[in-house]
Amino acid sequence: MTALSESPVETAVDGLVLTVDSVHIRHQVDGREVVKGVGFELAPGRVVGIVGESGSGKTLTCRAVLGILPPLFEVAAGAIHVAGKDVAALSRAELTELRGSTISAVFQDPASYLNPSIPVGPQVAEVIRVKKGAKRREARRRATELLAAVHLRDPELVYTQYPHELSGGMLQRVLIAAAIAAEPRVLIADEATTALDVTVQAEILDLLADLRDSTGLAIVLVSHDLAVVAQLCDEVLVMREGEVVEQGPTEQVLHNPRHDYTRLLVAEHEQYGLDRFLEES
Amino acid sequence: MTVLDVRDLEVHYGHRRQRRRALAGASLSIDAGEIVGLIGETGSGKSTFARAALGLVRPSAGRIVIDGEDVTGHRERQWRAVRRRGVVQYVFQDPLRSLDPDLTIGDSLMEPLLLKGVPRREAVDRARAYLGRVRLDDELLTRLPEQLSGGQRQRVAVARALITEPRLIILDEPVSALDAATRVQVLEILKDLRTAGIALLFISHDLGSVAGIADRVAVLYRGEVVEVGTAREVVTKPSHPYTRLLIGSAPTLRTAAAGRAERAALRELLHSGKGTPR
Repeated sequence: MTALSESPVETAVDGLVLTVDSVHIRHQVDGREVVKGVGFELAPGRVVGIVGESGSGKTLTCRAVLGILPPLFEVAAGAIHVAGKDVAALSRAELTELRGSTISAVFQDPASYLNPSIPVGPQVAEVIRVKKGAKRREARRRATELLAAVHLRDPELVYTQYPHELSGGMLQRVLIAAAIAAEPRVLIADEATTALDVTVQAEILDLLADLRDSTGLAIVLVSHDLAVVAQLCDEVLVMREGEVVEQGPTEQVLHNPRHDYTRLLVAEHEQYGLDRFLEES
Repeated sequence: MTVLDVRDLEVHYGHRRQRRRALAGASLSIDAGEIVGLIGETGSGKSTFARAALGLVRPSAGRIVIDGEDVTGHRERQWRAVRRRGVVQYVFQDPLRSLDPDLTIGDSLMEPLLLKGVPRREAVDRARAYLGRVRLDDELLTRLPEQLSGGQRQRVAVARALITEPRLIILDEPVSALDAATRVQVLEILKDLRTAGIALLFISHDLGSVAGIADRVAVLYRGEVVEVGTAREVVTKPSHPYTRLLIGSAPTLRTAAAGRAERAALRELLHSGKGTPR
């Protein structure tokens, strides 16, 4: 069970970096509730996972936490606190300040978050200049360090390369480097490994685990795959059609699922995945 | 009986300085009634392997025998004859690519039969029968693909592949785009085909999606089949370092097969020997 419980054991009850308290999200025009009460807490160095199909409300929940809900969607009830600050009470400028410096995110398609006509290094350095007020040379030095920290081989070379010269896995590393550049307390990884090969997915998950262990980064890991979430998370929420149908410590959700939908997800892995062979060995 | 026999297959793309080897001597055979999973990641050559077996790309060396017929040196005209007989069929990841959006499900299913000269009345009956075989209601016959769910569409694509009674079906990531519940339905249907004596080549980047239904699994790495065995052998006793990394990387509900440190060591090993798989 080591892989499931590699994170530090101590739980800081105070000093939570993120609290999501029964958040409801509504479509402003048709009044439809698309997220019906999501709640969880996150302490430094902890990882919470959200599992669900597309349309389950997991991504909208993340966007609400980041204060970037798409047009016409609003938080209808509940509260979100990032490092003690009520997101709803912040001005647009304060939210922008919060994003990147305290909470940041990576998504499924890394290429779409980078400017194709600028080498990737300066794009990471830009974050450091804007968020940390660093001078050019210092930003470049720090960006190169970050590219090394996300295990990119030859960070000096990668610094000068354009997005099209890098593979999907390398681009996602660059995005993670940019996301952690301003030393946030919380990182949201929304389907960040979905488009990647299995071995590359494992590299990225290992990288996230390394960052958690070395910097105490708290992570919200969102995936359609229960097994991906199982690799890293202390707690799991299973969402379906806007509702949290199951929530609890990872061990409990995996080995003693209560809801039929969670049972289906577990059964699929046991019958068709590697699990059925690994259990015997 | 061997339905597909591929020996030392090499395929190159491009010319002169841009010439790049996509397959470097890959060998694999599939028997009737057998499901073989071909696992490969980006750049492994798995799509090239499928394209070669469908006559869409010309091998530069090696041999391909399908249902006893050596097709290695076939010209386009000969390949068209092979395809028209419906010996080999193909199912894409995205069923919308296998189905014409303007044709009703019934017309899509009957098309390959009518091309073969089967009378219309018989074609209708068979369309109905094969729809039943993939556990779909025959009221779908008059619908268009866009009116079906993703899982229904993929089952129609399987029915369309089955209707010519092929000896071999090549499926490229057939369940990757489906959600958990429909994925299981499609896998169950594919499993049942074993009894019909059809050979299935199930191509995927994800060993996990294949391990549950494949009789044998082949691992393709940098254009070579580096490991073949029963799914159980490959998963529990992988011999090639790349297979070990692949299995150690596959997310499971239990403890990961390899720890973080072991994965890092395997990556170093592969990187120092033949470069990192990316």
